[in-house]
Amino acid sequence: MSPLSRREFVAAGAAAGAGLVVGFYLPHKLSPRNGGVFSPNAYLRITPDNKVTIVVARSEMGQGVRTALPMILAEELEADWKQIEIEQAGASTLFGDQTTGGSASIRTTWDPMRKAGAAAREMLISAAALTWSVPRSTCAAENSRIKHAASGRSLSYGELVGKAATLPIPTDVPLKQSKDYKIVGQRLPRVDSPSKVKGEAIFGIDFRIPGMKFALLSRCPVIGGKVASFDDKESKKISGVSYVGKISDSAVAVVADSVWSAMEGRRVLNVTWDDGPNKDLNTAAVMASLKQAASKKGPSLFLAGEPTKAAGRRISAEYELPFMAHAPMEPGNCTAYYQGTKCELWAPTQIPQDCRDSVAPAIGLDPDQVKVNVTLMGGGFGRRLEHDYAVEAALVSKAINAPVKVIWTREDDMRFSTYRPASLHQLSATVDGSGFPVALTHRIISPSISGQKGQPTPGNVDPDLPDEAGPVYGLPNYSVEYVMSETPVPLGWMRSVYALQAAFALESFIDELAVSEGKDPLQYRLHLLAKDQDLQYFTTTWHTARMRAVLQLAAEKAGWDKPLAAGHYRGVACFGSFASYMAEVVEITMENGEPRVHHVVAVVDCGQVVNPSILEQQIQGGIVYALGNALRAKITIEKGRVVQGNFDDYAPVRMNETPVVEVYAVPSTEVPTGIGEPSVPPLAPALCNAIYAATKKRIRALPILNS
Amino acid sequence: MADITLRINGSERKVSVSPETPLLWVLRDTLELTGTKFGCGAGLCGACTVHVDGAAVRSCSTPVAQVAGKVVMTIEGLGANGLHVLQQAWIAEEVPQCGYCQTGQIMSAAALLAKTPNPTDDEITQAMNGNLCRCGTYERIRKAVHRAAGNGGSR
Repeated sequence: MSPLSRREFVAAGAAAGAGLVVGFYLPHKLSPRNGGVFSPNAYLRITPDNKVTIVVARSEMGQGVRTALPMILAEELEADWKQIEIEQAGASTLFGDQTTGGSASIRTTWDPMRKAGAAAREMLISAAALTWSVPRSTCAAENSRIKHAASGRSLSYGELVGKAATLPIPTDVPLKQSKDYKIVGQRLPRVDSPSKVKGEAIFGIDFRIPGMKFALLSRCPVIGGKVASFDDKESKKISGVSYVGKISDSAVAVVADSVWSAMEGRRVLNVTWDDGPNKDLNTAAVMASLKQAASKKGPSLFLAGEPTKAAGRRISAEYELPFMAHAPMEPGNCTAYYQGTKCELWAPTQIPQDCRDSVAPAIGLDPDQVKVNVTLMGGGFGRRLEHDYAVEAALVSKAINAPVKVIWTREDDMRFSTYRPASLHQLSATVDGSGFPVALTHRIISPSISGQKGQPTPGNVDPDLPDEAGPVYGLPNYSVEYVMSETPVPLGWMRSVYALQAAFALESFIDELAVSEGKDPLQYRLHLLAKDQDLQYFTTTWHTARMRAVLQLAAEKAGWDKPLAAGHYRGVACFGSFASYMAEVVEITMENGEPRVHHVVAVVDCGQVVNPSILEQQIQGGIVYALGNALRAKITIEKGRVVQGNFDDYAPVRMNETPVVEVYAVPSTEVPTGIGEPSVPPLAPALCNAIYAATKKRIRALPILNS
Repeated sequence: MADITLRINGSERKVSVSPETPLLWVLRDTLELTGTKFGCGAGLCGACTVHVDGAAVRSCSTPVAQVAGKVVMTIEGLGANGLHVLQQAWIAEEVPQCGYCQTGQIMSAAALLAKTPNPTDDEITQAMNGNLCRCGTYERIRKAVHRAAGNGGSR
């Protein structure tokens, strides 16, 4: 992805407010050419036939944006939800940054979508008042109609668009109070469910255009290696194979008229590789480089008091995490049609604008000559923030001068991914006579995703850390420090990014402290959160009171003070990320030395909930994803190559391992915060803390089943 | 290349492909039935599940020649005469997130209910454990199978 794009977006989210509204209004004058469409802004069109179309500028990868974002606009518009049509925006200049990541879609679109709906509503009210020659104050919007109670008259939005479109767009519009919400906060069914259960939903891999070819690429298996030479004789014998050619320094494309022919053509392709500088790289060397980097001093992310000067008993521990792969169900793919002075793409992408800006220079075009259409995605989890697959598709289309779909196999996805960075965490605490820490230091040693991609890392701080490694407890002396290490292993943003690592280390360590002092881990945490404090961490203010509340509710719902069945054990953890507060209680048994998770109670404070059913999906799904990460997810490197290849040696959680997850959201009318990722970080430490309760064995390295 | 006659979703379709081509790619590329998904190519994820003579099979690992003359049903056929009770249950329980694996999940569940109209939790787990979902929808899948069974299971 291009420099700054993801970070600018998340920064905008942190300051969610008026800023994003600027520049999104469109000319809305009625003209014969646009058929009388009322479109006071880029998010909304209302036509005389009363059709209300809401444009979704974020990508749907399963998180429900095509339902939740329109709900926000429809609420303020006082629209009839049953008549709403949804349209997916491609790469555009009308919506600001369209990055779908950082658990940011709701929190950054909340204000613009509300204002877009409210402005249209106010214009429709004015149009009706003018039509009837009555005061505006006597007219009200309801269910896609403006009503005049005194006379019993009403007009549909469609009947009013002609007049509304001639009115000036208001800039300062009243917004509804949460107590008056009719759509926001409701368990409305997702708009995409029927097409998905019928098999009619078109994902990137399903999209096709006439004359389209299919391509697979043979990429150098060694990180950073190149194509030395290739022999296409056997490939060209495969029926249907029409082209074999080198399309980049490190890849040879095999093009055919079906996926299977391309697969067969690639299978018999003979490529000689120039392995390059990483041919001896292995996982042990990567972990050793982290230990080496730990001796360096890094910038402070958070500092309260003077942790080094605190007096008392000192406790230290180190934690380690491996590389992990996103492995979304739909493997990488992209359809491209290069036509000399333009190129059109149909991409399962989390950032259509970066897709455009990555592809354009690769094929010698300007960004405005590249059109990006956003398809449905079979999962994203951060993998589709990168556009290697789109660049490949454009290059192949240019090479063969025809439309083409590049498809990755599962092995391609696993071995040529961008991985969650491996990291090392050094924790130390000074404990006073009462057994509580008076000082805590957390040193995060990790390569930087943005740094590796050449994006800005001001002050040697990875720009994601402000959303993902904040302080939890209001201790008098507390330091979070970051040491940026380096690795040649390609890095990417994977669901919850650094929060998974930070939470595993911190919340395991807090448990170690509690246990070493013979205290209950839950009460220990509540004690550390007892005082109301505001912890300023970059642009986020963390409130200990809100964290305490989610922890208390989790304890209550899990029955923490009640005895468990024989052989059952519990662990707890809490963490804040993407501006949301999360606590989880995990209940396990041990079977043949391995944990079996039966039950998870998850409590979130994410401000105003837009759709409780989608929120439950996100939390349940985040916990299942996190459980797979915690139990088995580990990408290893041997001889410069990623070892794992498919769902046998990188095995996600299946139904038999899935716990019952109870989800609770603290009732709130605060501005909505992230929900796609915050459930991920507390799971691994809560589980490891439960394992300690069961076995007295402390797990300080993930994955658990490797320890 | 070979000419193969397939019986898919109640109609006969003639295809000319190499006989070892996996059924998955014949469905998707030749017949443009894209509701059946590619996930792993190795029978590990279940996204490509279809029915052959009523049994759930992984089409990514089934050479097309093996199903010549047999009755093949895909997700497109399951709901051909209105939504199948499982599809209704999937919507009612709000199962899909990204939705990519769900057609395969539904085909596995349909094969289960056809044999076991009122499955226990263990029977559901056994039948569905070959189907991966990275969005983690398993709990709602379980509820949807129970809901469909309660509605009569198979049609």
